[in-house]
Amino acid sequence: MFSLGDLYQQVIIDHNKAPRNFGKLEPCTHDAEGYNPLCGDQLHVYLNINDDEIIESISFEGQGCSISTASASLMTDALKGRSVAEFNRLFAAFHHMATADLSDAPDEEVLGKLAVLSGVKEFPSRIKCATLCWHTLKSAIEHAADPAITE
Amino acid sequence: MNVNQIRQDFPILQQQIHGKPLVYLDNAATTQKPQCVIDTVRHYYEADNANIHRGVHTLSERATAAYEDAREIIRAYFNAASTQEVIFTRGTTESINLVASAWGNANVKKGDEILITHMEHHSNIVPWQMLCQRTGASLKVVPMNDAGELRMDLFAKLLSERTKLVGVVHMSNALGTLNPIESIIQQAHAVGAKVLVDGAQAASHVAVDVQALDVDFYATSAHKMYGPTGVGVLIGKQAILAAMPPYQGGGDMILTVSFDKTRYNALPHKFEAGTPNIAGVIGFGAAIKYIQSIGLAAIASHEKGLLDYASVHAGVFDGLTPIGTAANKACVLSFVIKGVHPHDLGTILDREGVAIRAGHHCAMPVMQYYKVPATARASFAMYNTKNEIDALFSALAKARAIFA
Ligand SMILES: Cc1ncc(COP(=O)(O)O)c(C=O)c1O
Repeated sequence: MFSLGDLYQQVIIDHNKAPRNFGKLEPCTHDAEGYNPLCGDQLHVYLNINDDEIIESISFEGQGCSISTASASLMTDALKGRSVAEFNRLFAAFHHMATADLSDAPDEEVLGKLAVLSGVKEFPSRIKCATLCWHTLKSAIEHAADPAITE
Repeated sequence: MNVNQIRQDFPILQQQIHGKPLVYLDNAATTQKPQCVIDTVRHYYEADNANIHRGVHTLSERATAAYEDAREIIRAYFNAASTQEVIFTRGTTESINLVASAWGNANVKKGDEILITHMEHHSNIVPWQMLCQRTGASLKVVPMNDAGELRMDLFAKLLSERTKLVGVVHMSNALGTLNPIESIIQQAHAVGAKVLVDGAQAASHVAVDVQALDVDFYATSAHKMYGPTGVGVLIGKQAILAAMPPYQGGGDMILTVSFDKTRYNALPHKFEAGTPNIAGVIGFGAAIKYIQSIGLAAIASHEKGLLDYASVHAGVFDGLTPIGTAANKACVLSFVIKGVHPHDLGTILDREGVAIRAGHHCAMPVMQYYKVPATARASFAMYNTKNEIDALFSALAKARAIFA
């Protein structure tokens, strides 16, 4: 059986306690809000993307459970200095990891540290907690007018 | 009252979750169903299924009789004056929407006020907001105090001749607070306002006598009373219901239809357009009979014992802050734990077999009041035991340890 320890790995506990890149970014070129209507999680992401399509700085603030906080913290850490094209690739890999078959091992080469969140797929009601920040960031980058909601 | 025997009546409780005995403490969301309710619904489909009020054949007559018998059972439980006052709906939500639409459209206009409270469930907020948007009336809100009790002093101040209706929850699902609806109804009537009481939570925990209360509308859901989902009731005063236009049009709610003119059916059918949830209504009746066979007074006293026991545990649990500490409350222990988000609690407790609710409980203004995004909520029913509350607190201790 999949255990709680697989979900609540120490990395997640640590990022929840001391989230990286937490706070507002002013000024910023892109930002967006995300909601998880099921549990009331709220998230705001901020980015500065330069002319070369590189994410120069990135941060988030909001309220959520340990999975959503740690996911946003890990995501912002992973994306600093990366290009928008790399974001798209990571987005796809993360989404696949969170929703794929249990037998499907996460692509650690692409995902790196983000792979610690692979445990969520065993906890269906928590998958959205992990993916909310990614959807929110996507809508920030795409300048979507409406706040992101988990699908 | 023998809890162990009662537990035997609920087949769902006899299972394990993740290898641990199920401890079901999410009763404010929905209660489990006793075998007699399951059997009644099943018997209906196996033996009596037919449409009601529209057949002369035997099955239709049986189905109609069972459906109307349930209406009488429910009338008696709430002591409504007549079965004409008992309207079956999809549940509390639809009952409130029915009143906000049919009564609201006919009786509320620009400049009028609808008075609700800070602790309402979204289903007793949004329909009134929509009515106010349609009519230009305004929505006023009775504040609460830190214990989660209504500020009755401010209620009296907010009430005026402009108030057309007071909407109040009998028992808060987020806090457990039991509100003084008797006094609210008296004061509202004194200024000529009608009162709708949301009884979704209260009806399975406290006795409700709609005539003694003199309440204009009382709404509740079967599924929180050990009955099926998707069925509930609106009990309204006959004179008010009779004067109201229909809510939905369709079959069953008419006497005659031509393209020039339709004559509406008599109460309660005027408000029951279309084929209703026949099996659900019959199951609702069986659920009420089950509650009556145990006795509401015995249930309430058992549940009070559980809440007191849980509250004592909560009081000494390091890092736990209770949300909702009204002097008069029932069956709900809502709380937050320092350093552990309610959703994480929900997941960790589930692995211990303990089912609780984590979230805003469809009462976001309550969360805003306490400045929390969500709470964890354990809620009790007749079949819960002190052992289960012990299981809850040992699971909470595990959760606290994971995040320590
Ligand atoms: C206080 C209260 N009011 C209204 C409702 C809505 O009931 P239903 O969803 O059965 O219509 C609920 C249940 O969630 C409730 O707890």
